[in-house]
Amino acid sequence: MADTLITLQGVQKTYGLPGNNSAIVLADINLTVKEHEFVAILGPSGSGKSTLLRIIAGLIEPNQGLVSYRNQTGSGFREGIGMVFQSFALFPWLTVLENVKLGLQYKDLSPQSKQNRALEVIDMIGLDGFEGAYPKELSGGMKQRVGLGRALVMEPDVLLMDEPFSALDVLTAENLKRDLLELWTEQRIPTKSIIMVTHGIEEAVYMANRAVVLSRDPARIIADIAINLPHWRDKQSKPFVEVVDKIYSVLTLHQEQHVSYKEEKMKKDIKMPNVRSGALTGFIELLEDVGVKVDLYKLGEQLSLDLEEFLPIVDAASLLEFVRVQAGDIELTAVGIKFAQATVLQRKELFREQILQNVPIIIKITATLRSKSNGRMAEEFFSNILSGQFGEEEALQQLNTAIDWGRYAELFAYDEHSGTVYLEEN
Amino acid sequence: MQQVLVQEQSKRRFGLVDIFVLLFAFGLLSFLLTFGKDMRAPFFPGQTMQLDLNQALLPYYAGRSLVRMFLAYGLALLFTFVYARVAAYRPQARLVMLPMLDILQSIPVLGFLSVSVTGLIRLFPGSIIGPELAAIFAIFTGQAWNMTFSFYYSLSSIPKEFNEVAAMTRISAWERFAKLEVPYGMIGLVWNSMMSFGGGWFFLAASEAITVLGTNIRLPGLGSYMATAITQGNMQAIYASIFTMIGVILLVDQLFWRPLVAWSQKYKLEQSEGEAAESWFLNLLRKSLLVGQINKLTAKQVNNAATRFRRAQVGINKSRSTYRANAQRVVTWGLILGLLYVAGKYVVVGINLVLQLKGSELLTPLGYGTLTFLRVLCSTALATLWTVPVGVAIGLNPKMARLAQPVVQIAASFPANMIFPFVTLLYLNFQVNMGVGSIPLMMLGTQWYILFNVIAGASAIPNDLKEASLVLGLRNLDKWKKLILPSIFPFLVTGWVTASGGAWNASIVAEIVSWQSHSLVAPGLGSYITLATSEGNWAKIIWGIVIMALFVVLTNRLVWRKLYAVAQEKYSLG
Repeated sequence: MADTLITLQGVQKTYGLPGNNSAIVLADINLTVKEHEFVAILGPSGSGKSTLLRIIAGLIEPNQGLVSYRNQTGSGFREGIGMVFQSFALFPWLTVLENVKLGLQYKDLSPQSKQNRALEVIDMIGLDGFEGAYPKELSGGMKQRVGLGRALVMEPDVLLMDEPFSALDVLTAENLKRDLLELWTEQRIPTKSIIMVTHGIEEAVYMANRAVVLSRDPARIIADIAINLPHWRDKQSKPFVEVVDKIYSVLTLHQEQHVSYKEEKMKKDIKMPNVRSGALTGFIELLEDVGVKVDLYKLGEQLSLDLEEFLPIVDAASLLEFVRVQAGDIELTAVGIKFAQATVLQRKELFREQILQNVPIIIKITATLRSKSNGRMAEEFFSNILSGQFGEEEALQQLNTAIDWGRYAELFAYDEHSGTVYLEEN
Repeated sequence: MQQVLVQEQSKRRFGLVDIFVLLFAFGLLSFLLTFGKDMRAPFFPGQTMQLDLNQALLPYYAGRSLVRMFLAYGLALLFTFVYARVAAYRPQARLVMLPMLDILQSIPVLGFLSVSVTGLIRLFPGSIIGPELAAIFAIFTGQAWNMTFSFYYSLSSIPKEFNEVAAMTRISAWERFAKLEVPYGMIGLVWNSMMSFGGGWFFLAASEAITVLGTNIRLPGLGSYMATAITQGNMQAIYASIFTMIGVILLVDQLFWRPLVAWSQKYKLEQSEGEAAESWFLNLLRKSLLVGQINKLTAKQVNNAATRFRRAQVGINKSRSTYRANAQRVVTWGLILGLLYVAGKYVVVGINLVLQLKGSELLTPLGYGTLTFLRVLCSTALATLWTVPVGVAIGLNPKMARLAQPVVQIAASFPANMIFPFVTLLYLNFQVNMGVGSIPLMMLGTQWYILFNVIAGASAIPNDLKEASLVLGLRNLDKWKKLILPSIFPFLVTGWVTASGGAWNASIVAEIVSWQSHSLVAPGLGSYITLATSEGNWAKIIWGIVIMALFVVLTNRLVWRKLYAVAQEKYSLG
């Protein structure tokens, strides 16, 4: 029986919003990570994946719930855990060797053996010869190798990785993934478990042996999928594609449920996916070109969009009822087909009808403007209302998206100079 | 999206706000008229000037000082626009102009006060306008250089595409200036203006009351009020002048700089997450119908004028472009030669004067310079010692940084020389050696620059590095050595450069202080220049200034520039 390393019980994290409101980022997270597990945490953008990782690390305290590492709770950063950052987080004034040696700062070792261990790790991660280089002399991939080396030299039981490959180009990332996987599968590092936050489904299925899928607003664990494929995995193979499809359908199915309860969504303003109307129309046109029913995963790959960019578009299209998503497949609805074949003006009209039926924020903005005699309102009015629900930053994005959609639908327009939203005169 | 408070046009009515604005404008106008008249009062060298310490006159004195400050600022702005544009667009001129600006920046302004006062008294005989202009000139020289540098860098960093569009649309030089150059450099210019203006108070306090060639000049103003209070030992008047000073600084900050900073936000190019600057006064003005109408009217007039001017210009360009170019060349060369002649003539005069000094007299300022140099270093080190821990504590706590920033800014604006009398009394009581005692005096004014920069540096430490140090378990000393000190180093160097430059300037007033008839003098270059000035010994004045400028330029080249290079090379977080 493998030892339990990390346990999360009923973990909840909220952030304060203006006016006594608060947004729940993580809700009731229960998770156990054991030895020999390589866990990938997946979820749509803004779902709080990174927050979850930082709670596991002890960098952030949860508002509720317990986090224990080897059956010990306690606050502060946990010893025996190493972390790799998306932005590398290397100290620019220290050389590669000095950066790696930082991980050994408090180990009870002689300076000579510290030096030797650091050099060994540098050798292992393939940076031999770059010991004396400063981070700015290195490429992104090499920087992340240093970041990895600095974490590995501590010989952590648990290695946390926060989107470690997303700042790298495709080829460099592929190369680094293989090298890391080799160290892990051949047990050349004493690390007992790896937890990686990622937004690449394929990346997760390629590397991990367990995928934990989060929902959004607030984040809950909606699926925990074991990936029992032998390494090295062939990305074209049927079992591989099946797992990827499964995760895709979990993610999109959840989005669909999110959208289908009309009454509920009218009560509370649901978040609009922050997608430009141009991208949305382009996506629908493209769907009509490729055929009636398509596999989502293949479509995403074909468009070479990653999950962070792709999901919101799908989400928006189904919110407006232009598409229907089912079990990892996407299909145009009757309205969607009509939209794809319509002229520019007809499209605007269809779009207007759809948003006035399905998007509460836009419905409210339009109603407010219509109630005013001059049909104008300062944008601050709307952003203040929205920030009570979404927080300031997200409120601005929501308003931006609403204005973009409203402009496209010729419902209302926006004057940048005075910062007012006003009704289009027709 | 802009966070601007907008009132809908249809709802605008003439209201209380407008009455307020009207009264404000009227007050400003009458204020300027009165002072314009008073600035031409008669004055003859040798005349003893007395200042009435009646506290009811303080608002008047504050007004006079303010007018000086704003006139100097206006001059500095004008200088900035002209100098920076020429330097940016004429490569040949740039070769001379940039190094010259660098040297001008490092020359201690206060040393020149005596020269400009005497020169201007001769230029405007029988009128107070000479010393008045000299004071304005001193403030100007304290403000202009870094504004010019800032604008020059903005101009030279205008993206190529903008320049190409400007060329393609063939906009006139005026439109280019108003629609491209000023907006592009606005943020930097406003920021540097605010810093310069704050620094200007120090020069104001030092330049209003000055003894030149045996004549005590006391220009009506807060600085002179303070100086008179000191000679009379009038404690109450000293307190009154300090409170007035603080009040004036706060007023200018609230009514002028805050609105300007808030307004200039719209020129921000990148949408960075940051504090949106807010100003209640600007919001008030924006609400006023009157201001809106005036704005519209002036915008229209200026636009019309610009278009007309441009049309006329295009016509001329077509018909006589070669003639114009030739004329321009003649004028330019004439100006350059004229300037060279005048400058050369005075250089010769100056050299002749200095040559009158004997060998030993030539060497003493060098020894004094070394002493003052050591004091400058000590005061900078002393200031670093307390500002680094305090600044880091403030900077690492965003809430505290937001609260502390305006306070530090005001503190930095307050002229340190107005605190001197208290310290002088302390020194007299405890018999403190002025050789050491002048070091804290120098520090009083310059420590803020370091504190300011340390706060900025500490709040700029990236979050991921902070997290990484937590993950690595870096503790106290290691955290300072590996994370904090390296991150703030580039900011610290900037602070040191500004602070030590300020300390050289301060030495002129900090190495010699007085209380009633008691004087405390520290041997040093600053006191040497001050004493030579009141004696009216031209040879010593010139030689002292030359030595001081040499010291400053040399330390800049040999110490600060090297440290700066190290900071850029190794410790920048880019």
